[in-house]
Amino acid sequence: MQKTLIVVGLIVLLLVPTLTDLAGQPALLSLVTRILIYSIAAASLNFILGYGGMVSFGHAAFFGVGGYVVGILFVHHGSGEPLLGFIPGSNQLLVTLPLAVIVAGAFAGLVGALSLRTSGVQFIMITLAFAQMLYFLFVSLKTYGGEDGIIIRRSNELFGLDMRDKAVMYYVILVVWAGFFVLLWRLIQSSFGTVIKGIRQNERRMAALGFAPYRYKLYAFVLAGAGAGLAGALMANFLRFTSPDMLHWSKSGELMIMVILGGVGSFFGPILGAGAFLVLESFLAGWSEHWPLALGLILLVVVLGTKGGLGGLIGKLAAWATRGRT
Amino acid sequence: MSAILEIDGLVKRFGGLLATDNVSLTVNTGEIHALIGPNGAGKSTLINQLCGELTPDEGRIRLNGRDVTGMTVPDRVAMGLGRTFQITNLLDDSTVRENIAMAVLALEGHNFRIWDNILRRRSIWNQADALLTGTPLESRAHVQVSGLSHGERKQLELLVALARKPRLLLLDEPMAGLGHVESQEMITRLQEIGQTTPMLLVEHDMDAVFALATRISVLVYGRIIASGTVDHIRTNPEVREAYLGAEDELC
Repeated sequence: MQKTLIVVGLIVLLLVPTLTDLAGQPALLSLVTRILIYSIAAASLNFILGYGGMVSFGHAAFFGVGGYVVGILFVHHGSGEPLLGFIPGSNQLLVTLPLAVIVAGAFAGLVGALSLRTSGVQFIMITLAFAQMLYFLFVSLKTYGGEDGIIIRRSNELFGLDMRDKAVMYYVILVVWAGFFVLLWRLIQSSFGTVIKGIRQNERRMAALGFAPYRYKLYAFVLAGAGAGLAGALMANFLRFTSPDMLHWSKSGELMIMVILGGVGSFFGPILGAGAFLVLESFLAGWSEHWPLALGLILLVVVLGTKGGLGGLIGKLAAWATRGRT
Repeated sequence: MSAILEIDGLVKRFGGLLATDNVSLTVNTGEIHALIGPNGAGKSTLINQLCGELTPDEGRIRLNGRDVTGMTVPDRVAMGLGRTFQITNLLDDSTVRENIAMAVLALEGHNFRIWDNILRRRSIWNQADALLTGTPLESRAHVQVSGLSHGERKQLELLVALARKPRLLLLDEPMAGLGHVESQEMITRLQEIGQTTPMLLVEHDMDAVFALATRISVLVYGRIIASGTVDHIRTNPEVREAYLGAEDELC
């Protein structure tokens, strides 16, 4: 049942550029692309929030760092001047993407090492504080556009593909997206994933078994930050633009809404959540500038009404449907 | 007979309250050392200092001759310290079998792997199944902890602690809340375990203490007022006054 759904979903995703082309709706293709990118960021947040029980309110910081890695490397590639005098710029996706993952992971390591010494509300506030610090850091970096950000005139190159073509860009992002979710699936089934799920359930018990929770949580935090960095790098390439807005606390809030909307701790939840959020945003925004009010109401209904978000709702409907048949 | 646990002059203050008042005691190999005392005597505070959740203000704790006073909980567990909790403390969303497997996993290590599959680590599951075999929980292996009765949770607490193959067990009221039959089963079980694993047993149930203990220490207001064999404690007038009081039927 689940396998069929996944296969159908993948086929639909493969056909999206053709379908939007036929329908004459190029805006829809870009909407789906953004859903793919945000679902990577939301899923990486869901790994620490849903599976690890760490409510991080600064996840957009790593999203933004990933975007800035692409942007800054592009600036230095254009000027020919090496970054810090020794790091050459690059416009190769195969260079910038892994680098964005590594740099975002390193930032997450720093933020996590300090903030994971706390827990509960303090942890939420300290991750928020770190994210805002990074936000203001990038606002003050006049070399890289300050508040205005960096315009990336040409997306990164990959195997000589025409990355200006929206459909080509879509397929590149789809491949990265699929790879990311395969890795995440493996991670959740792994020994490490099992320990992280145990720590969410009962940290004191896990310590009494001999697991040092701090080390495991820090590693999870780094992995999640790296995932957000990947999403940020893709976003910078897709929008051909990166700015401090990517790191703003409201972006962290959006990622959290996607996770909650889709279902905390469910594997496909963040994909559904990112989809629902962005679809609602684009339709409600066209209807009224006060769209966050309507979104808030919908979020309230989903959280109170489904207990497990959209992922949980679909699971319940599927269970109900199969019971009806037998 | 060598000491596996040595506590020397332990002091813990909470503000003006002296919760642990210069406590010294030892647990030797082959020994079940029971710690008794009225409510609020500081038994759980002492246990929490021994396992590392609380840091003492003064004094030393030695495990197997090594000073562990400043060590974290996981480091002490790695040195062979096992414990059960007074209020059961388990992975509530996981099954009985998964709870035991998690303890085996902690013992086996290699848990930073992100590319393996937990279900394919056969040795983990085989060991978990072996630990379950023959216990009353065997038929409940695939039940979630949230669906277990209180008595079953108490049994699982003990099984999980044993899965970690401890060299010393700290048991914080393993009988609390158990019915008569369950208590009898638990006593039998602890007697078997006591053959190989030394224990520090904190317990209110006097029948259990007298049945199990090789030595008893009495804690009152954070201080040990008496320590000795079962008969010695039974007849000690100071203990009777301070703890057993008028409740003669207990003795």
